[in-house]
Amino acid sequence: MTINTLAKGGCHREQMACFRKMEKVIVAMQDPDMGMKMRNQRLLITVIPHAMTGHDIIAWLTHKYRISEEESLHLGNMLVKYGYIYPLKEPRCLVLRPDESPYRFQTPYFWTSTRWPASELDYAIYLAKKNIRKQGELMEYEKERYSLLHKRINHTWDFVVMQAREQLRASKQRRKADRIVLECQEQAYWLINRPPVRSITLYCIQLYCNSDYYKREIEACRKALGRNRVKSSICLEGFLKYSEQYLNHDPIMQGCLPSNPWISDDTAHWTMNAEIVPVPTRLRVERWSFSFMELLNDAMGRREFMTYLEKEFSAENLYFWQACEDIRHGESSKIVEKVEDIYKNFLAPGAARWVNIDSKTMDKTLEGIKRPHRFVMDDAQMHIYFLMKKDSYPRYLKSDLYKNMLAKAIVPQETKKSVFPFMRRQRHSSPSPAQTATQAAEEEGLAKGAGANSAAGSHF
Amino acid sequence: KYLSTFIKTLYSTSMIFYSCVLYIICEVPLNETLAHLKTESETLKSKLEEERAKLHDVELHQVAEKVEGLGQFVMKTRRTLKGHGNKVLCMDWCKDKRRIVSSSQDGKVIVWDAFTTNKEHAVTMPCTWVMACAYAPSGCAVACGGLDNKCSVYPLSLDKNENLAAKKKSVAMHTNYLSACSFTNSDMQILTSSGDGTCALWDVESGQLLQSFHGHAADVLCLDLAPSETGNTFVSGGCDKKANVWDMRSGQCIQSFETHESDINSVRYYPSGDAFASGSDDATCRLYDLRADREVAIYSKDSIIFGVSSVDFSLSGRLLFGGYNDYTINVWDVLKGTRVSILFGHENRVSTLRVSPDGTAFCTGSWDHTLRIWA
Repeated sequence: MTINTLAKGGCHREQMACFRKMEKVIVAMQDPDMGMKMRNQRLLITVIPHAMTGHDIIAWLTHKYRISEEESLHLGNMLVKYGYIYPLKEPRCLVLRPDESPYRFQTPYFWTSTRWPASELDYAIYLAKKNIRKQGELMEYEKERYSLLHKRINHTWDFVVMQAREQLRASKQRRKADRIVLECQEQAYWLINRPPVRSITLYCIQLYCNSDYYKREIEACRKALGRNRVKSSICLEGFLKYSEQYLNHDPIMQGCLPSNPWISDDTAHWTMNAEIVPVPTRLRVERWSFSFMELLNDAMGRREFMTYLEKEFSAENLYFWQACEDIRHGESSKIVEKVEDIYKNFLAPGAARWVNIDSKTMDKTLEGIKRPHRFVMDDAQMHIYFLMKKDSYPRYLKSDLYKNMLAKAIVPQETKKSVFPFMRRQRHSSPSPAQTATQAAEEEGLAKGAGANSAAGSHF
Repeated sequence: KYLSTFIKTLYSTSMIFYSCVLYIICEVPLNETLAHLKTESETLKSKLEEERAKLHDVELHQVAEKVEGLGQFVMKTRRTLKGHGNKVLCMDWCKDKRRIVSSSQDGKVIVWDAFTTNKEHAVTMPCTWVMACAYAPSGCAVACGGLDNKCSVYPLSLDKNENLAAKKKSVAMHTNYLSACSFTNSDMQILTSSGDGTCALWDVESGQLLQSFHGHAADVLCLDLAPSETGNTFVSGGCDKKANVWDMRSGQCIQSFETHESDINSVRYYPSGDAFASGSDDATCRLYDLRADREVAIYSKDSIIFGVSSVDFSLSGRLLFGGYNDYTINVWDVLKGTRVSILFGHENRVSTLRVSPDGTAFCTGSWDHTLRIWA
């Protein structure tokens, strides 16, 4: 749903799709075999045929769609709100009551989707009829609109009054029951389409399909036809594996230890899983073994991996990868400077942290450095990334460093439910990330100002 | 008296609209070459669907038969955030797992600590209908935009006396409303989608356009960045019923899916990055697998009639949450394709839904002016 004309009081195209679906439900409800059982309802001294109670509607919806009563009430309310079913008692209250209140189906002639947009002329005739019939008994908002319409379409006012009189005369010929039914239907229609306060808005949109668009589509289709696809059976197994692997890590599915902060008001879970902690939780350390990406995305994991690489004398790979990431995601203005730094530290012959890239990639990268841009390091970065992933990462997972980490890791105790559940824990606030960043910047500024050496630590 | 003026304005605007209705519905008449191109495009599309169907040897719910079903599902509103004076249109989580930013129709953008429900910052935008907002990865800034056709970044200052609007930086410029925005892996780049039919990547510092993405035939309503290792793609959904996957480096559309029957309001990647879900005005959510290159699941029910405004996955990807225009939230079992639960609570349509970064809860924003945290 776009708001392009919403701001100017336009209409939603989405409403049409909803109307079709609601109409399907309504048609099913009126099915001679499986539909609703209808009966005659007494309204004052007249008997209205083909009516049903709110309670019956809910029961039918619950049975047909196998949903809860709450959901049926919700769905039924929508049907009433959009005018497919209207109440016989209290017609202005467009709500479905789960009791013996009588309701009727709106005739398709008066469905919003059939007679859309609702015409000004028809509304004028309707109000005129009401005015003639019940002299001066229009509602406040109806009186205002009546005078507004009178001003706006004054030139056809004779026609309006004439039509109104004709329609009233024709209705007098009908049987009383039919007349009441028709009046109810018409009234319901106008309550939906000219409500006291406008609640529904509708809308249209135009697609920009010119020749450029189609040329692009054709090009894209041709490319897509040549694409390599994987069999569904293989892809779909992937979803099962992933969901199973992460099941214990999904707090909504399995809960979290010691407790879910939103439920218990206790932030221990967040404190234990903060970015840097003395001892991480077991689940967290386990997650590092799921994929290389998981290890790198966790600040502590990355730190541990760096320690391991230092031992293996291949830490330059991770430093290089981090530096490349910094170029890809950093400020445009610093790209040239950063590329130069990378060349000096990692690629130049005899560099302090020289990285081992294959000659083809190295040549291509060195060529690209002459005209540095954001993605100039991509090939080299990917080469080193896959090198770490295929070689160092699996060995790290088998190493003592990792195994000790896993053994030391905490498994938090589940918090016992509070003895007095009505006493809500105090919810403590936490420092805003904006605050910690400002403080850090201030401290660094002070340190620099005092002439002291600022820590040359990794700033990731 | 105010009411009558209000009704008068409505009537005058609706009159203007009704006279335009007729020519908006019919298509622009096609000249010969255009008609030829259209036919060629449609033929190729059917051929593509045939190719895609060839490798589709099993349905997801069949593969999932061996998986244990989900038991009773209980989720409740744990926090209600009140403070917006009008419809809440968008929200985003901070990486600290408890703060959120939300934006509304009246131009207000509020940063909350959702855990304590305290408001920490508030900005009044110079435009109404702020349809997009995003929290920066560092937690030090927020981006927002809407009918002003721009995306602006506001650094979050803790000085109570400082006017946040003073430090505002205009980053993106589109020729129509901004529908969605997202920071990439850092505070330095923003990806935007717009009613002008394009998406764009911007450098925050300079406001420079780094890349633009053309291919949608109508308004683009949503986007999501891929969580993949190489981190170079994103998906967008639009009013042309298409979901497109883009390469951020080249600006090319690398994959396209067109199975929805109406506007796509929301797209979200599956946590592994191998698939994405979409929510549409046709009242269905669908799952598209990127390696199989096709739609692999539809999440729908006959009793669900109203459109989906927003979707997101739980951390493990087993559950899909959808916020609907009939005020409800439906929870789907992604693997089995069944509806696990329906949640009531909002009093008007749910316009936005996001799961928290650590998966402990999800937040919904609604046209009833409130936000709710569910866990």
